[in-house]
This record gives sequence, C-alpha cells and structure tokens, in this order.
Amino acid sequence: MAASTETGHPNVLGKAVREGVFAGVVAFLMFLLFVGIETYQDINNALVWRTRWGLLAIFVLVAAVSRFLSVGFIKPHIDRRKLAKAKSGVLEISEQKSFFHRHFLKIALVFLLVYPFLSLLIVGKQGSLKYVDNFGIQILIYVMLAWGLNIVVGLAGLLDLGYVAFYAVGAYSYALLSSYFGFSFWLLLPMSGILAALWGIILGFPVLRLRGDYLAIVTLAFGEIIRLVLINWTDVTKGTFGISGIAKASFFGIWSFDTGSANSFVKAWGLSASSVYYKIFLFYVILALCMLTAYVTIRLRRMPIGRAWEALREDEIACRSLGINTVTTKLTAFATGAMFGGFAGSFFATRQGFVSPESFVFLESAVILAIVVLGGMGSLTGIAIAAVVMVGGTEVLREMSFLKVVFGPDFTPELYRMLLFGLAMIIVMLFKPRGFVGSREPTAFLKERRAVSGSFTKEGHG
Amino acid sequence: MALGTTTMTNDTILKVEHLSMKFGGLMAINDLSLEARRGEITALIGPNGAGKTTVFNCITGFYKPTMGMLTLQRKDGKEYLLERLRDFEITKVAGVARTFQNIRLFSGLTVLENLLVAQHNALMKASGYTILGLLGLPAYRKAVDASIEKAKYWLDKADLTDRADDPAGDLPYGAQRRLEIARAMCTNPELLCLDEPAAGLNPRESAALNTLLHQIRDEGVSILLIEHDMSVVMEISDHVVVLEYGQKISDGSPDHVKNDPRVIAAYLGVEDDEVEEVIAEELDGGTR
Repeated sequence: MAASTETGHPNVLGKAVREGVFAGVVAFLMFLLFVGIETYQDINNALVWRTRWGLLAIFVLVAAVSRFLSVGFIKPHIDRRKLAKAKSGVLEISEQKSFFHRHFLKIALVFLLVYPFLSLLIVGKQGSLKYVDNFGIQILIYVMLAWGLNIVVGLAGLLDLGYVAFYAVGAYSYALLSSYFGFSFWLLLPMSGILAALWGIILGFPVLRLRGDYLAIVTLAFGEIIRLVLINWTDVTKGTFGISGIAKASFFGIWSFDTGSANSFVKAWGLSASSVYYKIFLFYVILALCMLTAYVTIRLRRMPIGRAWEALREDEIACRSLGINTVTTKLTAFATGAMFGGFAGSFFATRQGFVSPESFVFLESAVILAIVVLGGMGSLTGIAIAAVVMVGGTEVLREMSFLKVVFGPDFTPELYRMLLFGLAMIIVMLFKPRGFVGSREPTAFLKERRAVSGSFTKEGHG
Repeated sequence: MALGTTTMTNDTILKVEHLSMKFGGLMAINDLSLEARRGEITALIGPNGAGKTTVFNCITGFYKPTMGMLTLQRKDGKEYLLERLRDFEITKVAGVARTFQNIRLFSGLTVLENLLVAQHNALMKASGYTILGLLGLPAYRKAVDASIEKAKYWLDKADLTDRADDPAGDLPYGAQRRLEIARAMCTNPELLCLDEPAAGLNPRESAALNTLLHQIRDEGVSILLIEHDMSVVMEISDHVVVLEYGQKISDGSPDHVKNDPRVIAAYLGVEDDEVEEVIAEELDGGTR
C-alpha cells in the first residue's frame, strides 16, 4: 500500500474510481429491493408497490462517493502519516499517562458523589428528577447488574444468559415479603440477596456439569422459567398485572419518604414537598450498593476463591489437576453473582414501586451481558463505562427530539434504540475486540504490577 | 520378567494392580500391574498408543478404570484407593500432582498467580473458606506470605524468577514446561506424574529439566513420568516400566530394560515370530 502511494497519484485515483464504481454496484444490488421499491396500501386496502428511484440513487451515490474518497484520499493520507512516523522512529504509545487517565477512578467517584447536588444546582428540583432518576439511578442499576454478572461471566467464564432471573427473584422477594408481611427495605435487601443466591445454587447444582453453549442454553431456559412462573402463579404474584404499591425505602428507619407520614423526611428537615429528595436518597443507596459490589469483587479476586474462578475460566482441567473442587468453585461464582442480582432486584422494586414479569424478559439478560462483553470481561472500569454508554445512550436518545426536524415529525428516536445498540456493539467489537478495557490486572506480583494483555486471557468455555 | 532388579529397601508409594481400561471395544490397558517406589523416578515408556497416558489418566482420576486397584501410600502410612477418589481429591487428599502432554497453564494469569492457584486448598483453609479472609485476619495474611514464599522457592528452582510477573502464555515453550512442573509442586505432592515433560525441548532445556527433576526427587518426592526420549529416560530414571498394546512387556532398571529383547523388538518393530526367535536366542545364550 505504501509503495503505491510513493509511485504517484494516477495509479491510486484509477483504483479509487474502480473501487467506487464497484461499491456503487454492490449498493445498487443490495438496496434495489429494500429501498428502490416500496409497498403500500391504496384506498381499497389493496397492496400495491411504487418505486423510489431518487432515494435509491442517493444511497448508491453515498456508497460510491465515500468508497472513492476513502480509497483515493483518506487511506493514502493515513498511510503517509504512518510511514512518516515509522521513519522518525517515535513510538506511538507514550508511557506517560495524562492526569485524567491516572486519576480517572477518583474523578469518577467524586463526580458521582456530587452528581445529584450538581443537577439540583443547575436544573432545579423538577429538572433534576430526570437527571437523577432516569440517568443516575437507571445507569447505576445496570452497572450493578453488570458487575454482578461479571463475576459469573467475566471471572469464572460461565456464560449465563438467564441472569435476569436472579434480578427477578430479588425484586419479587422484596415486593412479596414487604406487601404480605410489611418487612422493611433494610431487612429485605440482604434477604433478597440471600434468596437470589439460594436460587443461584439451586440452578447451578444440576446445570454446572454442562459446559459452554449447553450451559448458556440451560441458563436461558431457567430465566424464562422464572418469568413464566411469575406470570402464571397468579395467586401469589398477581400474574401480568404485577405487584403495585410496594413500600418505599425509609431513611434507615429514622425518616420516611411517604408524604403523609408523621416522621416524614421533608417535614423533619423543613423542606418543601418534592419527590426529588427520595430520588436523591435512592441514588446514594444504589451508589453504595455498586461500591459494595465493586469492593467485594476486588477483594474476592485477590482471595483464593477469586483466583480459582479466573483459573477456571482459563483451564478447567488444569484446575482439577491442582486439587480444586470445580463444582463448588462454580457454585460460589454463581451464587455470588446471583446475590448481587438479588440486591439490585430489591432495589429496583422499591424504586419503581411496581414489579411485573414484563421487566424481566430475556432482552434484559442480553443487555446486561452485552454491557459486560463491551466493557471487557473482568474489568470493572470498562463495564461501568459500557453501562454509561449503553444505558445512558438510550436515555439520551429520548431527548433527541431535534431529530424530528431531520427525519420528519413521525420519527420517534427511542424506537431506534436497538438499532443503535447493535451498531455500537459492532463498532466497538471491530476496533476493540476485547471490550473497552481488554487487559487484566494481576492479583499478585513480585516486582511490578503489569497488566496482562487481553490476547492471553481466555473467555472460558463454561 | 523379574520384578525389578533394584533393591527393595524403599517402600512402595504407588501400587497398580490388575488395571484394565476399556473404551468401547478397545482394550487400552489390559491387566497391568506395576509399582512405583518412594523417592525414585519411575519411567513409563512404550511406543505410541501403548496406553501410557491412559494409565496416567487412571492414576490421576481423569478416567475411571474398568477394573483394577490403584493404591497410594502416603508418608504417614495412610493408604488411599485412587480409583475411588474424585479427580480433585486425588491431588487434594492423596497428594498426587500431574502435568499434561499438551501444556495446560492458566495463560492469562501471571506466572506467580499460576503458582498461587496451585496452593488453593491450603489458602482456602487459611482464609476460613473466604469469610475470615475477607476480614483480613493476621493468620490469613501469614498464610498468604507463606504461599508467596513457596512460590518464590519454586520460581527459583524452575529458573523463572525474572518472569514472575509476566503472563504464563507469554513464556517460551521450555519455560512453560518448567512452570507446569513448578505449579504441580506447589500442591505439595508426594507423587508427581509428568506426561512427556521433555517433549519439544532443545538439548539445553532438556538438561535443565533433568536437573530440576533430580532436585525434586532429592526433596523426597517420587516421580512417575512418561517419556519418549530414551536418552532422558535412561539418564534420569531409577526404574523403567515398558508398555506395549496396554500390557507390560518389561520392568526393571534402565540397563535391564535397554537390553531386554522384547523392548528392542517393540521399539524397532520386529514381527511377532521374530520376537519369539530373539527371545529363544537370548535364552539359549544363557543370559538368564
């Protein structure tokens, strides 16, 4: 490639024209039926078709011209730059990291701590409802779920497609136990975690002799079973109607967030009534839960059990040859992951005040798994970034009403959520096949801690 | 086929009696009996497909033998029937560690981490099955320090100290072989089973391996090894067992085995009737 740029332009331009025409032909064939022809119903409700040659021409032209430009101008330019760099002998990777890079975690944590007050200051009480609830809490729930699943998929290498089942167990544990027995959130939070962990063990016991694809399919089935039980066991779960009026969490039993109650938070502090205080409180609760998940994960990775999880991901047979009981090791990974799913579930129930089987469909499992994979399996930072991008991105999409100007008034951007989700995944996987953070931090070192490149770590085979 | 020409002063660590292993219609091992003595290097040799690795997999619990008894006696006199233990228990309880023909390292973990994973059971106990360890009690910290010391000791023996913080997958082939042996040694075994440890090594690496194996034996760990490279076998082993078609054809000191006509026939591929001839000649010659 570099040689052809050296020899001169005509060669490159000729090639660019050829490639451009070829791209145009391919685009024409691809879009001929999809774009060039449109079906619609006429007045008599008969299905007829018409052509859209203009739109098709735009598609073909865009493909041809952009291919022409990329081959003719952009690629030679990049190649020349690379060549120049190679000649000057300067390494592209600089050892010195920027201030932001080095202190990223501290900056992120400080930002999260002041985030609710920042939004109160900037957009006021009513405006910050959206920013604290839709963005803050929503993203943090997914961060927690993805960190929980990361223990199972990222560390132990067990592909779990039914993780949302544990989320559902947690949510329904809180919803049912609080509405039937009136237990408080702070009692039921650990209990839902334990119940979810128990279900993790119950599921894990028969399933963990399966490996890889088989394990994935069975966990997927388990997720669906839980959902179908929730739908059909109407006596207890009220089926598709769901359970509503779930009690709010209290401020550790000191103040309540119910407006009518005697010891309400708003009255005690002499504030004007607004639901934003509850949301801010919930924000800090889920932030604390996330921090707990991260802390436990980081600690466990340095414990023998955490190392055994990672060893299991790398090579199960070698694990057994070293005297590691792989069944209990897998079960603890499953149970620990499920426990955090359960915590997140009970938080979800108290935040929504309403749970129904609708919230626990397979798509949720897929989204959580996608966040783990995009972030880089095993990396907490990468997963958090992926959650912000993925969940925050879909929330931002709701705000993009200006797109209606471009695409017409009946364009609803949030309907394109999955399309963008898929596009983002393809782009990330093309450029960063191991996720945002592909490298792995070693858990122990003799002289210096060096990240292990993602090319050495394995994904695990169940 | 006299049972060994070496002296019987050492007690037996592993006794394999009437071991048979059938895969469908294939008899991979047929009524095999052998002994490995404590503190010795016992080599298991034979042509390709003779069933050496199958014997190994039976001893280390990766296969359940169709028939036979595998008795392991530990230093404290306790006896374990290996065919009744689960694979991980054979390492954990009976003190048998193994390596693999195709190296099985945790390639994404560092060299040091590989050695720490091998000490899983000891560390698990010290960490109170994770719960006490999460609290960071001093007893656990002491155990962690001890485990790192042990890892350092074996890193030094295997000449890997400089690469302790590199991912195991990044090591050259010979170093990976040594690391796998060091990792197996970190489980505190009494019997170390090595499946072709010298395969693919150059002469210098091979010599380094021999030294390492001698050091391991001098620490009182018995070694059972499969090897193709006859020079390695003859140089380091105290006792050689030869298999062919799942049956033992010779058993004794390296010198004895080297001159055994059946072994020569098996390795050079002589026809069956010729073997009879060779044996007859030997017997006539009055070597026995």
